[in-house]
Amino acid sequence: MNADDILVAIFSFLGMAFTYWFFLMKKEEVVSVTNSVNIIVEGGYSPNAISIPQGKTTKISFTRSDPSGCLEEVVLGDFKIRKFLPLGKKVTIEVTPKKKGDFSFTCGMNMFHGKIKVV
Amino acid sequence: MLQKKTFTIDGMHCASCVKILEKALCRVEGVDNAVVNLATTQATVAFDPKRVTDEHLKSAVANVGYHAQLGAEEKSEDEQTLQKTKELKELKIKVAISLFFGLLILWGSFPQIMETAPQILRNFKVMLLLAIPVQFWAGLSFYKATIPALKHRTANMDTLVALGTSVAFSYSAIVTFFPGIIEKIGIDPMPYFDVSTIIIGLILLGRYFEARAKAGTSEAIKKLIGLQAKTARVVKDGKEVDIPIEQVAIGNIIRVRPGEKIPVDGVILEGESSIDESMVTGESIPTDKTKGDTVIGATINKTGTFTYKATKVGKDTMLAQIIKLVQEAQGSKAPIQRLADQVSAYFVPVVIMLAIATFAIWYIFGPNPVLLFALLNTIAVLIIACPCAMGLATPTAIMVGTGKGAEMGILIKDATSLETAHKVNTIIFDKTGTLTVGKPKVTDIVAGDKIKKDEILKLAASIEKGSEHSLAEAIVTHAENQKAKLYKVSNFKAIPGMGVEGMISAKTVSFGNTKLASLRQVALGKWAKNIETLEAEGKTVMILSVGTKLIGLIAVADTPKESARAGVKELIKQGIEPVMITGDNERTAKAIASQLGIKRILAEVLPAEKEAQVRQIQKEGKVVAMVGDGINDAPALAAADVGIAMGSGTDVAIEAADITLINKDLRSVAAAIDLSKKTMRTIKLNLFWAFGYNVLLIPVAMGALYPFFNILLNPIFASVAMATSSVSVVTNSLLLKRWHKAK
Repeated sequence: MNADDILVAIFSFLGMAFTYWFFLMKKEEVVSVTNSVNIIVEGGYSPNAISIPQGKTTKISFTRSDPSGCLEEVVLGDFKIRKFLPLGKKVTIEVTPKKKGDFSFTCGMNMFHGKIKVV
Repeated sequence: MLQKKTFTIDGMHCASCVKILEKALCRVEGVDNAVVNLATTQATVAFDPKRVTDEHLKSAVANVGYHAQLGAEEKSEDEQTLQKTKELKELKIKVAISLFFGLLILWGSFPQIMETAPQILRNFKVMLLLAIPVQFWAGLSFYKATIPALKHRTANMDTLVALGTSVAFSYSAIVTFFPGIIEKIGIDPMPYFDVSTIIIGLILLGRYFEARAKAGTSEAIKKLIGLQAKTARVVKDGKEVDIPIEQVAIGNIIRVRPGEKIPVDGVILEGESSIDESMVTGESIPTDKTKGDTVIGATINKTGTFTYKATKVGKDTMLAQIIKLVQEAQGSKAPIQRLADQVSAYFVPVVIMLAIATFAIWYIFGPNPVLLFALLNTIAVLIIACPCAMGLATPTAIMVGTGKGAEMGILIKDATSLETAHKVNTIIFDKTGTLTVGKPKVTDIVAGDKIKKDEILKLAASIEKGSEHSLAEAIVTHAENQKAKLYKVSNFKAIPGMGVEGMISAKTVSFGNTKLASLRQVALGKWAKNIETLEAEGKTVMILSVGTKLIGLIAVADTPKESARAGVKELIKQGIEPVMITGDNERTAKAIASQLGIKRILAEVLPAEKEAQVRQIQKEGKVVAMVGDGINDAPALAAADVGIAMGSGTDVAIEAADITLINKDLRSVAAAIDLSKKTMRTIKLNLFWAFGYNVLLIPVAMGALYPFFNILLNPIFASVAMATSSVSVVTNSLLLKRWHKAK
């Protein structure tokens, strides 16, 4: 193994570790919502984790500014909601969770994920 | 001049919201009128544009606690379609240009054919000029999706494509401008612009086909929405006026002529006609309807003219409920999707890590030129990985399956119900109204020696008058047809599952089954033989007694539905055991069951015991579906693994049932199970394909076959495989559209 190989091995290992840390070890910031929340859809969801109260109706608005086809739909499978998000337009949905727990919302192709924490 | 505007209002729940909003909007100075539709959650306002702005309307709506989507939030009805059409058009141009430029580059750079290419195409700088628009114009969408995703520390398929093609493009650009550097490390300085351009072209082509196919998955819901009538001819003060459907109110009298669409649900007041309900119920034969019959909005009046009273409007109509149910089902998540969900959360980062590992392995252990092998294989890994197929595998099949069901009058509540239905191996049918027509008729009256048959009927009808049981209705109707004068009854009492009793002329008269007779200590004596004979014919026999003396019998029979035998046969063919549950005694039940080919019977079951019976069969390890009317059987439907409500579109039925069959054809039960089986088979095939594709081809792209067979995957072939992968999953889901009911 020459010096090149050792360097490539070290950088590759660091690259993989960085990828793991960057994508899979990010901290989740949960935004507490009482009545309504606006979620910006651009390369994911901001905020991507919200906490909402159980038994109360919460309005969740999505505004998509990302042209990626992946994000054109939002799916809240546990609430039986699948909505098309027209580019640049606000789409509001209402959820009244009956159970406490963590529920996910995703894009239509299940690539981007967000979390709804019912408390 | 007045201007009309339609906009969406968020937060509406009930009819009172409509009133509140209409009032609030009408109160705005300059508004001429406002109509709010609960079904579409939209308001249509006519106003003077000089005096009224969007802000006025918005604040009027906000003041009463709702939210108007006006201005930037406005949505047009077919915005989705328009946006999609525009996107597809743009995509088509991008695909054509990318592939054209890509092929020109390939011609000028591919070893065996480059000699035939004009000199200009062999020039690296010309290749670069051709590759730039493909990389940064056609491929811009990949970067546009990647950059914000990285800001959120997430990645998707666009990230992989952007990374893969950028690596190929950058390497080629270095070769173009600094060929010396590449030569110094022992590599023939050849650019790979063909790889970056053709990959972009092919992936965009795959996206084009995928988008077209995906549009087909939501066709059913669009069809249903399109069924709604636009106007109604309302009769007011003797005059007929055409009004928009949104303005039709409960109680309005509506006239419908031959060939016209029935606007909303209602009850016929006058006239008769044959009505084609196939678009809503899936029932292919038109139904004859007359005064007192209900009509469904959006169905077509075929022959006669009639007037009817609107009983359900807006979101309460059967069509609106069907649309809501199908939309909900299509938005729900199937349990089988869980694994794909878990995998997708890690997929792209893992692929990036594998691509880095591929680079390192080929660079350190690969043959010369190591850098080239390492780069090309890394690009192949990034490009071949297809997370989209996994994401699309389940929802597209659910969308097509539930949509197809709705077309046939089979409404599936959610993906979970659909998934459970395919495992069902026992189906319990409620007899009355489900297997039978539900309109029993008096067939025999047996009187004692000193009493006339008419008197038996009179006494029985008098006492049954107060009962709501379907058998009571048969007896009372029979007596009315005979013009019998009924007695006055006091102390009327219904004994559930047994019969009724009361006082007539100071004597206790009881009328019911053998259980009631034995409770009242009525001896059957010689009557037992008569009862046995009638019951063996499938008739329900009721015993009339005064005090403890039996004075006569009335037999009532309900005819099995025409479709019952065929429906049961279909289920047996699918390997599902049909079971009949009834309050009738064993003998009567057996007679009916044998006519239909049902072997297992649960007889003499009181209404309250049905739920327990369902649980009992579940204890045998069976996956049970219960078929009933959804109203009386609600607890049993809820207890079953799959509750199937039949021939009813009411709120209660839909709430209680996992599957609602709008038509009364019993073959629909087998069809619903068959549809669930086919949908699940499609999902499994999709998932198998999506997982298998990635599990097999990612290692191939990494070069797993190279040590044994010298096989490496060209990144261009990787992009072909990747583009076909998600298209094939969606196309496979679309094949479900070819499913049809067994005839």
